[in-house]
Amino acid sequence: MTDNNHDIEQPEGRVPKRVIGTPSPATGTSVLGGDERPGDRGVPGVVPQSEETARKGERIAAFCFLLTLLGGIAFIVSYVVFQVGDIDSARTSNVALGGSLALALLSMAAGMVVWVRLVMPKYNMVQERHTMASDGQTREYVTETFKHGVDESGFVKRPLLRRTLLLAAAPLGLVPLVVLRDLGPRYSDFPEKLRHTVWGEKTKNGKPRRLVVEGTGAPIRAADFNSPGGILSVVPEGYEHDLNALAKATLILLKFRPEELKSGTNLNWTHDGIVAYSKICTHVGCPAALYEQTTHHILCPCHQSTFDAADGAKVIFGPAARPLPQLPIAVDEEGFLVATADFAVPPGPSFWERGDAEATVRENGGHA
Amino acid sequence: MTRITAGRRHPLARYAVLLLALGLLGGLYTFVASTTGRADASIAAGRADDVAEGKKLFQQSCASCHGLNAEGSNVAPSLVGVGAAAVDFQVSSGRMPLARPEAQAPRKPPPPWVNETTIRQLSAYVESLGGGPTVPAPEQVDPAKGDQAKGGELFRANCIQCHNFVGAGGALTRGKYAPNLSESTPTQIYEAMITGPQAMPVFNDSIITPEQKRDMIAYITGVRSQVDPGGAGLGRIGPVTEGLTAWIVGLSLLVLAAIWITAKKRQAK
Repeated sequence: MTDNNHDIEQPEGRVPKRVIGTPSPATGTSVLGGDERPGDRGVPGVVPQSEETARKGERIAAFCFLLTLLGGIAFIVSYVVFQVGDIDSARTSNVALGGSLALALLSMAAGMVVWVRLVMPKYNMVQERHTMASDGQTREYVTETFKHGVDESGFVKRPLLRRTLLLAAAPLGLVPLVVLRDLGPRYSDFPEKLRHTVWGEKTKNGKPRRLVVEGTGAPIRAADFNSPGGILSVVPEGYEHDLNALAKATLILLKFRPEELKSGTNLNWTHDGIVAYSKICTHVGCPAALYEQTTHHILCPCHQSTFDAADGAKVIFGPAARPLPQLPIAVDEEGFLVATADFAVPPGPSFWERGDAEATVRENGGHA
Repeated sequence: MTRITAGRRHPLARYAVLLLALGLLGGLYTFVASTTGRADASIAAGRADDVAEGKKLFQQSCASCHGLNAEGSNVAPSLVGVGAAAVDFQVSSGRMPLARPEAQAPRKPPPPWVNETTIRQLSAYVESLGGGPTVPAPEQVDPAKGDQAKGGELFRANCIQCHNFVGAGGALTRGKYAPNLSESTPTQIYEAMITGPQAMPVFNDSIITPEQKRDMIAYITGVRSQVDPGGAGLGRIGPVTEGLTAWIVGLSLLVLAAIWITAKKRQAK
């Protein structure tokens, strides 16, 4: 049924207008030109539905439309009956409204498909593409109109108007470029902002910044964090709710038996078996804090990077390329844990200007 | 039978069979027998000889792995200093005695000899070996006395990375997993925090105070009865089940619908 109709003579090279859903002229079964034949019956290529099928389809489609009617009424009724106010009633209302609307729309769609498939006659059709270009006469007319408009407006004859208009448009063209600035920090600041966290800043009174418990904001006495196998999620004092700062500065604090720590951990940066690592995975920056106290694995839930917390958080599995940076910690005169310096290497995922920060640290003997 | 035979060649028959098979497979897979047997209440017994009785129980049921004097072995840790809380947690939740050595000791119905008395006797014996955390008093773990909002904040900061935001649990490395908390009793939750069973870290009372622990227990038990305002919770494990449902179920349905709408009918010769 996909005979092409190139063989058919087209008058004046023009393709006859076609209505979507009508048979191809190739089959000669146009349902528009009813004057040349008595009806659809017996036309080659058109398969009418048997009356039995059509009646069945009619019944199914009508049933679907009745379901739509019920669904629509149910929606209005649910809107009135199920008032919202708390989570429980919002849930009931959501389910009732969504369910009734889905029933209504789905059954209407199903009814229409059944209508098309079981009631309407079947045939294959070919729809020709028409040429994209307009004919010569139209093009000429458009060109003339355009030229006429240019003459009348004086765009060429009156340069003052033309030039001030162009000048006026110039800043508008720059607007999108200016707005791009909001996409991130100024480019020159960008690498430096990623390199440093608030752990390196002094507090207002000039003392080292304390580590506080995430959630309660309480400072941590080293003597209290004394159960080996312990873990705490830790944030910098004064930045407990500053999400921009926390995105780089959040820590996990782990407590080990001293004999468990291996050579990868910088012991000068620990206090009595307490080690602080960046919580931000060095792969793409998910919070890596699934800690197993038996194996000392820190697992990142996003891509299964696994770090050995007892050995400087070196990578033992997964796509992360670098260990989690260790934060130098100590205790202040009151016995609370404090940060003595910023991370020696930038925490979190890689960035273009990062370079091999770890190598620099090694060359400088453990200092940034 | 003739109807089935007639429908066999229907253009949608193969999709129907495929869907049926997938559904059957999924249904079988998710079918998990959940038997929550609990030992009967204890028989009143004197505390005086708890340690002696506990030692007997220990040597019957625990010593084969943990050693005759709980000194540990190459397959099991020493129990000196783990405290009564660890014993109560492990035995009351059925994790110990272990059915077989594997990556994770799962929660299971305790064996018939386990009841309040025997747990108390075992705990007394293990505690006599070297102290350790004790079993919390009932009012220390009463969810009604806790603040769900504060507990939720602490839970989200310290627990959800492994246990999920409503305590549904999640996978860890090499076959281990953080268990679902939906069956844990308030006492067991408290004991798990102070003893750090299996791979779980320890949250001792000096960092997370007993009041804060009670708040967390209030959150963990309270969240169980919360409804899901968005409709089906799908196990409450977040984007995994939601994405799977949307992609596999939703898209399959759309594809099937598209096939149905555009399917050509075989033309009668």
